[in-house]
Amino acid sequence: MTSFSERNQPLVRRLESLLGERLVRLDQIRGQLVAQITPRNWLEACQTLRDAEELEFDTLIDLCGVDYLGYSDAEWETAQATSSGFSRGVDELGPGRFDWAHRPEAEQIPNRFSVVVHLLSTRRNHRLRLHCHPDESDFPTLPSLVDLWSSANWYEREAFDLFGIVFEGHPDLRRIMTDYGFIGHPFRKDFPLIGNVTVRYDEERRRVVYEPTEIEPRVLVPRVIRHDSRYVGDQLDRREAPNG
Amino acid sequence: MAEIRNYTLNFGPQHPAAHGVLRLILEMDGEVVQRADPHIGLLHRATEKLAESKPFNQSIGYMDRLDYVSMMCSEHAYVRAIEQLLEIEPPERAQWIRTLFDEITRILNHLMWVGANGLDLGAMTLFLYAFRERENLLDCYEAVSGARMHATYYRPGGVYRDLPAEMPKVAESRFRKASDVKRLNQWREGSMLDFLDAFMIDFFDRVDDYETLLTDNRIWKQRNVGIGVVSPERARQLGFTGPMLRGSGVAWDLRKKQPYAKYREVDFDIPVGVNGDCYDRYLVRIEEMRQSARICQQCIGWLRDHEGAVMSGNYKVAPPSRVEMKDDMEALIHHFKLFTEGYCVPEGETYAAVEAPKGEFGCYMISDGANKPFRVHLRAPGFAHLASMDEMARGHMLSDVVAIIGSQDIVFGEIDR
Repeated sequence: MTSFSERNQPLVRRLESLLGERLVRLDQIRGQLVAQITPRNWLEACQTLRDAEELEFDTLIDLCGVDYLGYSDAEWETAQATSSGFSRGVDELGPGRFDWAHRPEAEQIPNRFSVVVHLLSTRRNHRLRLHCHPDESDFPTLPSLVDLWSSANWYEREAFDLFGIVFEGHPDLRRIMTDYGFIGHPFRKDFPLIGNVTVRYDEERRRVVYEPTEIEPRVLVPRVIRHDSRYVGDQLDRREAPNG
Repeated sequence: MAEIRNYTLNFGPQHPAAHGVLRLILEMDGEVVQRADPHIGLLHRATEKLAESKPFNQSIGYMDRLDYVSMMCSEHAYVRAIEQLLEIEPPERAQWIRTLFDEITRILNHLMWVGANGLDLGAMTLFLYAFRERENLLDCYEAVSGARMHATYYRPGGVYRDLPAEMPKVAESRFRKASDVKRLNQWREGSMLDFLDAFMIDFFDRVDDYETLLTDNRIWKQRNVGIGVVSPERARQLGFTGPMLRGSGVAWDLRKKQPYAKYREVDFDIPVGVNGDCYDRYLVRIEEMRQSARICQQCIGWLRDHEGAVMSGNYKVAPPSRVEMKDDMEALIHHFKLFTEGYCVPEGETYAAVEAPKGEFGCYMISDGANKPFRVHLRAPGFAHLASMDEMARGHMLSDVVAIIGSQDIVFGEIDR
């Protein structure tokens, strides 16, 4: 159980009493409140957050999707390297290192996607972050929040476009960022960084043509995770800077 | 009788009043808009996805390219998110410099806005005056970072380097006569702070000048008063922030309500509109320029009196100085590791928001402990504002759409990301 700072205490108490069972988890991460809610209770909980007298989250400031595929996968051996020789490179298809033809088969992991909502109350001056994992990973769906906050409209379209999360009850769930007729959901971790098609104007055919991307996938710096005590929070090596 | 149907009009993406690459599909009944459907994404560069494949510091430059009219404010949100995850605090002087440059950026943005919006609505003159002032402030950008727009000046742990002791002077060339050079260099004899001080004293009169051109101008009022009215309740619902929300009469400003950097220690007022129309939003932005100049003056005062480091001494995050690297092996290793691998950020997630000139610019960042962010999401104020286009434009004339786009202060770099 996380401990809550004094500043957050009143809000925590109100959230716990008003949401009750619907609140799966409430954490404080870096001083900010994060609530986990199940898809089943999504609409109901949000309705309470917006309308309850003591909460009054009148603005949905942000909504975005997250794909947790490959969370905490590194490409660089940090702990065992010296005992096994000098080859540190881990042979995996990390983010940005594959093209469309060689994209990895997405494994079925539970809670792969998440919808993250940032709420703000301009009347009571507090914020809350909501996490909600849609049930199925191959066809993630979640009820739409458009009826509660109008600003959710475009944010949900964006999350649909980039992550393929379907919002039930959304009045106009079209793609928003990508090209007309785009295939795939580009911000998923199994979508190549270089994309799958390039577009150019063809002199001979006198029209715009789509072709498979020719760029080599190339990421310069490997993804490294160091569980080094010096990198852990408050143990960071703090030296005083010389003046000037 | 012939069937009368609504006419569909394609506005943009190459329309000069579309502020970049907005494509609007307008359903018209005569000259009255029935439905507006903005098509965005023509400038989508997948900044958020690119950031996932790069060490933290290498994405700071991308932030300048989001909202390319208020560069350092976007940097500020990104850098603050990293600092919150690392739990480091930049030195005090760096925070004052950030406050100063955030406000310079706000003036830059509003000058650009008032000039371009004037141009859209037929007030040509103002554009030239606004750019005269912008030139001076962009010179300050150049003096601290070497770049006039895409500065990459804010870094996790502070700012890249201290303010220059000498303001660079304008040189005579075949484009600039000696008399012009003399006039331009009048303020540039001392340090950059002296230059800014002279500029800010003069700036209040310049804002008054702009107002004489627009505020009571009959055409300006006819184009703006009562156009695109948004009630405070709707403004909250639509996710408005910044001058758009304040124009509707909600006194909400992150610099006051959730202060960051040194905003707690400076004195300024928040202008608030009454009617929530384009004209009120114009008045709010004009007054904000004056308030920004006030904040700048207070920052200049503090920075003149206080010396100190502008970058954290934590070499895991900030590079050591060249001098130190000459004879300290540790410093050399730190430098090498920092520029080849970057730094690993402890696992966690955070949301850092700043009051950018257009509204709340936020950066939501998830780290899984690696040297690259796991996910970055950028909350651009213009995205929510443009989403309300249909509601704001409905029932207005075609020419009012231009006034509404103008008053939303649209920049596609941040909307499309």
